[in-house]
Amino acid sequence: MQLEVDIASKAYTNAAGERHEVLAGFKFALDAGEVGAFVGPSGCGKSTMLRIVAGLDQDYQGRILRPSGAKLGMVFQEPRLLPWRSVEANVRLAAPRADDARLSELFAALGLDSHRSHFPGELSLGLARRVALARAFAVEPDFLILDEPLASLDDALAARLRDQIATLVGSRSVTTLLVTHNVDDAVRLGDRLFFLSPRPARVVAAIPIATPRAARGEAEIERIKADLARLALANL
Amino acid sequence: MLRLLSFAVFLATWWGAALLAGGQKLPTPPVVLAAIIAEAGSGALFFNLGVTLARVALAFVLAMTLGAALGYLMGRVRLANRLGDPWLILLLHLPALVVIVLAYIWAGLTEVAAIAAIAINKLPTAVVTLREGARTLDVALDEMVAVFAIPRWKAFRHVILPQLAPYLAAAARSGLSLVWKIVLVAELLGRPNGVGFEIGIAFQLFDIPLLLAYSLTFATVVLVIETALVQPIEARISRWRLRAA
Repeated sequence: MQLEVDIASKAYTNAAGERHEVLAGFKFALDAGEVGAFVGPSGCGKSTMLRIVAGLDQDYQGRILRPSGAKLGMVFQEPRLLPWRSVEANVRLAAPRADDARLSELFAALGLDSHRSHFPGELSLGLARRVALARAFAVEPDFLILDEPLASLDDALAARLRDQIATLVGSRSVTTLLVTHNVDDAVRLGDRLFFLSPRPARVVAAIPIATPRAARGEAEIERIKADLARLALANL
Repeated sequence: MLRLLSFAVFLATWWGAALLAGGQKLPTPPVVLAAIIAEAGSGALFFNLGVTLARVALAFVLAMTLGAALGYLMGRVRLANRLGDPWLILLLHLPALVVIVLAYIWAGLTEVAAIAAIAINKLPTAVVTLREGARTLDVALDEMVAVFAIPRWKAFRHVILPQLAPYLAAAARSGLSLVWKIVLVAELLGRPNGVGFEIGIAFQLFDIPLLLAYSLTFATVVLVIETALVQPIEARISRWRLRAA
């Protein structure tokens, strides 16, 4: 699925009646099956951009081109699970057509096998995040949005989850938007990196990564990060 | 065990008070029991209890359904809230007696008037509770529903309704106690049968054993319905809370 985003302006009025511009001239495009990784300072408007692209916020100026009927999967910053449904029931509510074998595979890949019948209140944040990922993948999306899926997880767990995301994204062609404030995550997962300015946010640099994700070794990743550092982007 | 003990203390207190006050004002438990058995033997007790329960059930269901729907609407749609709010405040503070008397005057001394009057008394509390519930619905979950394109009915049943469940339970709980209280007044004022009617007769004849016989059996029925029906349902809808770590 191809995606073209051109948000001329997105502003909101706060409780004190002041108008704030969050996004201005925010433009990017992704080819089908590509992972776009967005890196920017916290609070710059990344989540606002994702909400607009996901179609949750219609109140903006500009246009977004995405094929109609493309199936959307999304991982919000918080897991957003229904506390009154078990892990499996949460996933099945979003993905009623997912078959059992596929779900078992997904739960196994995310290490959720033994938690299928648990309720979200019984899970740690890391586990709940994985359930949210399972839900997004279970719908077999054409278009996937990940809003800081690895934030506030410890390094080991974040690394494991990142590998799982890489595997899942690689297993089928999914156009993916990944928002992160971690350059390392972006370099390991992205096909194109977008670096964002502080508010009002816009894309200040779009950097494609030529090496396919699976072929990126540690040395390669260090080299890409060094290149980014030379461009003085990595410490934005 | 503890319940039995508390019941025994109640009986003993009653009996003691009856002996002190004299049987005229407060008959002893055996006298009341005899009245209950006599009423049960003639079938009048079961008939009147049944009639009252039927009224309670109808008025309760009517008020809950309508109240929940209106409350949900007022909580979700600002215009509905602004239109409905003055009426809600009026109904909320209108004395039950006024509603009952007016219903009988306008609709005649009929079953419809009685049930409508009881339902109208309960309606506003259900509306207020459900409106509060609808206002606290989680926008984050609405967005989740939108992103995954969960069909409207399914979202209502599995995402909205569970969030409203505690409010529904609270409305049912407070509403049921309100209905129990009002149904007897409505019967006393304008129905030819039911527990309220019988208590009215007993009052006029100063037949205290009969009065207590009906009051106590009515109280027992309420207690049984509360413990056997209302509490298990409450426990069931909140079972995921209990399991939470």
